[in-house]
Amino acid sequence: MCLAIPGKIVSIDGKHAIVDFGGIRRKADISFIENPAVGEYLLVHVGFGIQKVDAEVARETYRLLAEVEKEELQRELSNDNQ
Amino acid sequence: MTTNEYVKKIHDISRSMNEVRIMEVCGGHTHTIMKYGIRELLPQNIKLISGPGCPVCITSQRDIDQVIELSLNGIKIATYGDMMHVPGTKMSLRDAQGLGADVKTIYSTDQLLEERDRVFFAVGFETTTPMTAKLVDKGLTIFCSHKTIPPAMSLLTKEMNLHGFIDPGHVSTIIGSHVWSTLELNVPQVISGFRPEQLIKSIYTLLELIRAEKVEVVNEYPEVVFPEGNVLAQRLIQKTMTPADAEWRGIGTLPLSGLAPRNPSQDARIKYSSIIQHVVSEENKDCRCGEVVRGLVEPKQCSLFGKSCTLDSPKGACMVSPTEGACAIALRYGKSLSE
Repeated sequence: MCLAIPGKIVSIDGKHAIVDFGGIRRKADISFIENPAVGEYLLVHVGFGIQKVDAEVARETYRLLAEVEKEELQRELSNDNQ
Repeated sequence: MTTNEYVKKIHDISRSMNEVRIMEVCGGHTHTIMKYGIRELLPQNIKLISGPGCPVCITSQRDIDQVIELSLNGIKIATYGDMMHVPGTKMSLRDAQGLGADVKTIYSTDQLLEERDRVFFAVGFETTTPMTAKLVDKGLTIFCSHKTIPPAMSLLTKEMNLHGFIDPGHVSTIIGSHVWSTLELNVPQVISGFRPEQLIKSIYTLLELIRAEKVEVVNEYPEVVFPEGNVLAQRLIQKTMTPADAEWRGIGTLPLSGLAPRNPSQDARIKYSSIIQHVVSEENKDCRCGEVVRGLVEPKQCSLFGKSCTLDSPKGACMVSPTEGACAIALRYGKSLSE
């Protein structure tokens, strides 16, 4: 339940953003993020951004996620499981 | 330095040390350790012990039973998916749903902002608390089983004769790395990320601190953990909730280790006390989840493990979450937790 994954902000509408997780796009609440901007990366936990992350850190996480950790990603993004 | 080089350095440093007992207190760390066989990579005298890092597991039987009772009395409930399957004394929330109770599983608390008459059964550590605070701020009622991890660590350091802690990564993102330095645990701590190579490096750093007898906190996850943490999240929690005593499965009631809404009318424990006060809870005597969360026994030491208690049919809370429950993880990856 403390799993959090990085994604890229593709658009912002008030206190919400559309975040891209390696091709899967989901809405995330960004009210806990100071000055979020399109193109920045966010660590997202249960639908909320909890911290900005460096693009390089996000990409590295993604590279490893793509190889070995897809089940957690799918679980985190799946409404059915939660 | 590569991961293999860190493993070699761990073996080198361990030769000058007696038995070292390290506890990880995040279910996500337990998952990585088990999935990648990190215990098998370590020398025999370096023991990793899984602590109470799974929110589903440490939610008390009484809390589960009381929420089930609310649902059976017509109160609409919402909670995260894993909580549906935790066996209560008589049934699970999923069973209550089968009897007609209105229980909604959610991915994000954002889904509840339009359903103000639904009580949110809130579980999780500091990482998940800000999302609940947002609901409280919007006036919703919650049944709060949130826990804060530091009070449990203080207890376990003494009880388990521990030499160091691997501190939870995303909990630290919220509360900030400075909090760990204030705990007076008298053992070193290393804040770690979740990837296997990050954990191995963190273990090496911790061993260096232990050998040098340095009671310090080192942040090995600086990319998302900062000294001050997420201040916006902390502010909303402080605005909406106040520390409260909390009951942990296997541990009992720890003073001020939980939270409650500041406004009593938003606290389901108070608002619906007439419904829940008569609930009698009894734990399954064969299930050893309470000892597993304290690191006292291995899942395989439980007579139910892998027999009547499985991932598809959990008999205890530690078998429910496939990514955080110690028993579920042990069954999935087929390894012991400390060997």
